[in-house]
Amino acid sequence: MITESLVVSAILFVIGVLGVLTRRNALILFMCAELMLNAVNLSFVAFARLHNVTGEVFVVMVMTIAAAEAAVGLAIIIALFRHLGSVDLSSLRSLRG
Amino acid sequence: MTGALAFQFYFFALLAIVSAVLFVTRRNPVPAALWLVNVMFALAGLYVLLEAPFVGVIQVLVYAGAIMVVFIFVVMLLNLGRSAVSDLRGLAARASAGLVSLALLAALLVVRRPALPELPAREPTDNVVTPVAASLFTEHLVAFELTSLVLLVAVVGAVLLAKRREAA
Repeated sequence: MITESLVVSAILFVIGVLGVLTRRNALILFMCAELMLNAVNLSFVAFARLHNVTGEVFVVMVMTIAAAEAAVGLAIIIALFRHLGSVDLSSLRSLRG
Repeated sequence: MTGALAFQFYFFALLAIVSAVLFVTRRNPVPAALWLVNVMFALAGLYVLLEAPFVGVIQVLVYAGAIMVVFIFVVMLLNLGRSAVSDLRGLAARASAGLVSLALLAALLVVRRPALPELPAREPTDNVVTPVAASLFTEHLVAFELTSLVLLVAVVGAVLLAKRREAA
């Protein structure tokens, strides 16, 4: 079950990466980042089953940081929307050379 | 892993992967967020099967219950209902993204190739929070206290960023 969990975790992570690389909606990108964090959490839990409970402690930490990241990230998205009138990342071109 | 346990494991694993694919292919953020909630529920099931029920409960409460609600709330606040144009990148970007993803998946699968031992199921127990709490509040106390500081900074930062500037 641990080996299979790691495979599932890898697949979920890659789906998240694929989302980040192919979409332009900032909100979807953030949700893909959450999906990747969840995939990593799954491997932490699998290794916690194999070794000791430290993996589960790590998952609690990751969830806290994810909550903080979501709060700040969504605030940035709101500021971005106010500034540009959209959350499409292709409208962010002031740094383009 | 045999019988009912294997069935439950593959059920939740398949549910997670299918929901993740549906999540990443939705154009509208609201169904995408709901499919992501589904992924998180399936992962909670996997955590319980991996004998970490406390993490499973926290997953449902914090991830599905709090973080995703914030996402949906922002969608509502910004009124991002449906967009006429797709937000997909161009064909070249998508093709290279597919290649990068395939390479990453292959690398991850190669890394985990050494077979891990199949552990026997533990005795059912009520004592699921104590081991996590004992480790969290003794061994990792400093890190735990620091996360509270991180949360405080994040709250202050979020309020500051989202606050409407007075017209100067």
